Amino acid sequence: MSTDAPPSPAPVREGPAQRLRAAVLGASARLTGLAVAAALGIGAVVLALSAEETREALDDGLGPALVAGASAVGRAYSALLQGSVGSLGALSETLVAATVLILTGLAVAVPLRAGLFNIGGEGQVIAGGLVGGAVGFAVTGLPLPVHLPLAIVAAGLGGAAVGWLPGFLKARTGAHEVISTIMLNNTLTFVLIWILTLPLVQVEGRSDPISRQVLDSARLPRLLEGLRVDAGIILAVLVAVWVLWFLDRSTTGLELSAVGANPAAATAAGMDPARTTVTAMTVAGALAGLAGGALIVGLQGRITPGFSAGLGFDGITVALLGRGTVVGTVLSGLLLGALKAGGRAMQARSGTALDLVVVIQALIIVFIAAPGVVRALFRVRADVGEGARISQGWGS
Amino acid sequence: MSGAAAPVRRRRRFAAFGGLLAALVAALLRADASARTAFVLNDARGARFPLPDLVVPVAGTVRILAALILALAVLLAVRGAGRRDAAVVGVMGGLAVVALLTWAGAGTSISVVSLLRGTLFAAVPIAFGALAGVLCERSGVINIAIEGQFLAGAFTAAVAASILGSAWWGLLGGIAAGALVGLMLAGLTIRFAADQIVSGVVLIVFATGVTSFLTSQLLAGTPSWNAPVRFQAFALPGLSDVPLLGPIVFDQTVLVYLMLLAVAGVQFGLFRTRWGLRLRSVGEHPAAADTVGIPVLRTRYRAVMLGGVLAGVGGSWFTLEAASQFSKEMTGGRGFIALAAMLVGRYSPVGALGAGLLFGFADALATALQRLPVPIPSSLLRATPYVITIVVVAGLVGRLRVPAADGKPYVKA
Repeated sequence: MSTDAPPSPAPVREGPAQRLRAAVLGASARLTGLAVAAALGIGAVVLALSAEETREALDDGLGPALVAGASAVGRAYSALLQGSVGSLGALSETLVAATVLILTGLAVAVPLRAGLFNIGGEGQVIAGGLVGGAVGFAVTGLPLPVHLPLAIVAAGLGGAAVGWLPGFLKARTGAHEVISTIMLNNTLTFVLIWILTLPLVQVEGRSDPISRQVLDSARLPRLLEGLRVDAGIILAVLVAVWVLWFLDRSTTGLELSAVGANPAAATAAGMDPARTTVTAMTVAGALAGLAGGALIVGLQGRITPGFSAGLGFDGITVALLGRGTVVGTVLSGLLLGALKAGGRAMQARSGTALDLVVVIQALIIVFIAAPGVVRALFRVRADVGEGARISQGWGS
Repeated sequence: MSGAAAPVRRRRRFAAFGGLLAALVAALLRADASARTAFVLNDARGARFPLPDLVVPVAGTVRILAALILALAVLLAVRGAGRRDAAVVGVMGGLAVVALLTWAGAGTSISVVSLLRGTLFAAVPIAFGALAGVLCERSGVINIAIEGQFLAGAFTAAVAASILGSAWWGLLGGIAAGALVGLMLAGLTIRFAADQIVSGVVLIVFATGVTSFLTSQLLAGTPSWNAPVRFQAFALPGLSDVPLLGPIVFDQTVLVYLMLLAVAGVQFGLFRTRWGLRLRSVGEHPAAADTVGIPVLRTRYRAVMLGGVLAGVGGSWFTLEAASQFSKEMTGGRGFIALAAMLVGRYSPVGALGAGLLFGFADALATALQRLPVPIPSSLLRATPYVITIVVVAGLVGRLRVPAADGKPYVKA
C-alpha cells in the first residue's frame, strides 16, 4: 500500500554499511542511474532545440543546426560539471546547496513513511527562517555557543508549528494534507512579506520588505577560508543521522512505518494513526524549519521575500530520488546540490537558463516514479517492484 | 470523530465558530455613529434602467448583523438545522462579509456590480480546473497536476495568440497544451501505473520548469512572442440591460460564458448520458465495468484527456483575459485552489462552479478591499483566498464520499 519497499529482502540485522552498499549498488541504483542519464539526455535535447545558435544555424540546413545544437549542449553541460565538482570552490557551492536539499528532502521522507505527502516544505522553510532569523537579530548579548544553537532550535520550532497544523487538521477533520500544506505555502509567502515590513523586523530606512542582519553571534561559521560552505552541512548530516535513528530504532519511528504500511493493522495493535499523523507532520515541519534556519543564519544573513522559492518542491525530488530512505535522501541531496550549483555556473558561463535544472529534476522523478518508462526507454529489465505506491488517495 | 456523537460535535464546532465570528464582527468593526456606506447597484459605465444606491448607517448595520450571526450560532448550538448545518455556517460567513464590507466602505461607496463581476471572472480558472478534476477522479484517476496544466495552457495560449494574432488560436493552443499534460498524466498513471499523486506533482514541477525555461530562453529575447491578442468583453444584447444581473452575468468575457456552458454540459453528460454512466462506473468499480464490456483503460484515458482540455481552457484565462503576457509561475497556486474547489463541490460540476464562485469572491473581495481605506496590509489581504481554502476544506468538507476506485491503477486480473 505505501512507502518504500526495500529493494531486496532485508536481513534481520543490517548495519549502515550494508545499507549504504544496498543503496548504491542495489538493483534500484541501476534504475536511478538510468533515470538520471535519461533526464540529462532529454534535457540536452530541450537545450539544443531552444538554443539561439541552433535556430540561427537552421537557416543553413539541418547538418549545421545539429552541430550548433551539439556544441551548445557541450558547452552548457561542461559548465555544469565544472561548476559542481570541477574545483574546491565548486565543491563548496555543491555542499552549500546540498545542506538545504538534504533537510527539505528529509522533511518529505519522514511523512512518506507514515503514508503522508508533505508538499508544505516551502511554508515550513519560511517559518523556520523567519523564527530562527528573528532570534538571530532580536536577541542580543549572547555568546556564539549559546546564541547560534538557540536560533537553530527556534527555527526548528517555527517549522514544527507550521508542519503540525496540517497534521492536526488531517487527524481531526480529514482535510487532505496535500491541499492544506499547499495553501499554507501560499499563505506564509504573503505573511512573510507583511512581517518583513514590521518596524521591529525591517531594516531601518528601507521601504521594501527586508529584515535586519542576523548578528555574528548567531551565524553559522564558515568551514574554509574564502569559501561559502558553512557548518550547516555538518548540521544537516547530524540531523540525518538522528532521523536514521528515529525512523529505524525509536518506538515512534516504528509506529510511523506501521501506520504507513497498514493503518488498520496498526490500530488493531494499539497504535493511534491520528497521533502518528500529527507526529510525522510536526517532525517534518521541524526538519524543513531547520533548512530555513540554516539558510538564514548561514548563507543569507537576512530574511528576504522569496528566499524559500521552490525549496519545498526540491525536497520532494530529493526524497523520491532517494526512495524515501535516509541514506538515499542524503546521497540524492548531494547529487541535486551538484546539479543546482552546476546549473548556476551553467547560467553564468554559457547563458543557459537555470530553469533547465528544474526540467531535468522533474524528468528524474518521472523516471523514478514510473520505472516502466525507463524500462521502455532502455529496454532493460529492472527487477524492482513496479511503481511503488508512495502516497494514499483522498479517503481519510 | 466516530460513532453517533460525530454530527453533534461537528454542530458544536460550527456553533463555536459562529459565536467567534459574531464577537469578531461586533468587536473589530467599529465606526463612528454618523458614518454611512453606499452600495452602488449600477454598472459604473452607465445603465439603461438605473437602480438607486443602497445607503446604510455603518454602526447600526454592523450591530444588527452581529446579532443575526449570534442568533444563528445559538440556533446551531441548541438544536441544529439538520442536514443544513453547513448551509447555516455559510450564511453566517456571508453576513460577516457584508458587515466587513459595510465597515470598510464607511464614508465612501462600494460597487456591488464590479465586486460580483470580478467574482465571476476570477471563478473561471477555478471552475475549469475543478471540472477537470471532477472528470479525472470520477473515472478513477487523481489529478493533482491541474496547476501544471494551467501553466502549460497559459504559456501556449500566450505564444499562440501572439504569433497567430488571434485569441481564438490562443485558446486552441491552451487547450492543446492542457490536453498534452493530460496525456502525460494518463500515460504515467494508466499505462505505467505510477503513483498518481506523485505523478501529478512531478508534472507540475515539469510544467513549471519547461515554461520558465522557455520564458527565459525564448520569450525574453523575442517580446513579440509574448504579446497575446486577448479576448474582449462582449455584452449579450438585451440580457445585459437587466438591472443588477445584466452587467454581472451578461456583459462578460468569452471564457465566462464558456465556463457556464461547460458546467452545464459536464453536469448533463456525467449524470444523464450513457457516456457519463460508463465513466463513473469505471471510477467506482472497474472490474465490474470491465466484466460488462466497458473498456476501462480507454475510458480513463479519454476522461483524463478531456479533463486536460478543460484545464487548458482554464489556463488560457491567465494570458488571454487576466494578464497581458505570460510570466513565470503566474498561476500562483490556483490549480490547487481548483483541486480544493473540486473537493468542496463534492465531485459534482455544479458544486465545482459553486466552490469556484466562493473562491472567486474571496479573490474579488481582496482586490476590492485593497482599493478602500482599510487598515489591513495588502499582503495579508492577498493571502485570504488561501486561508479561506484551508478553513473550508478543514471545516466544511469533512469526510468525502470518494469514487471507490479513485487513485487505484486498474490491472486486469
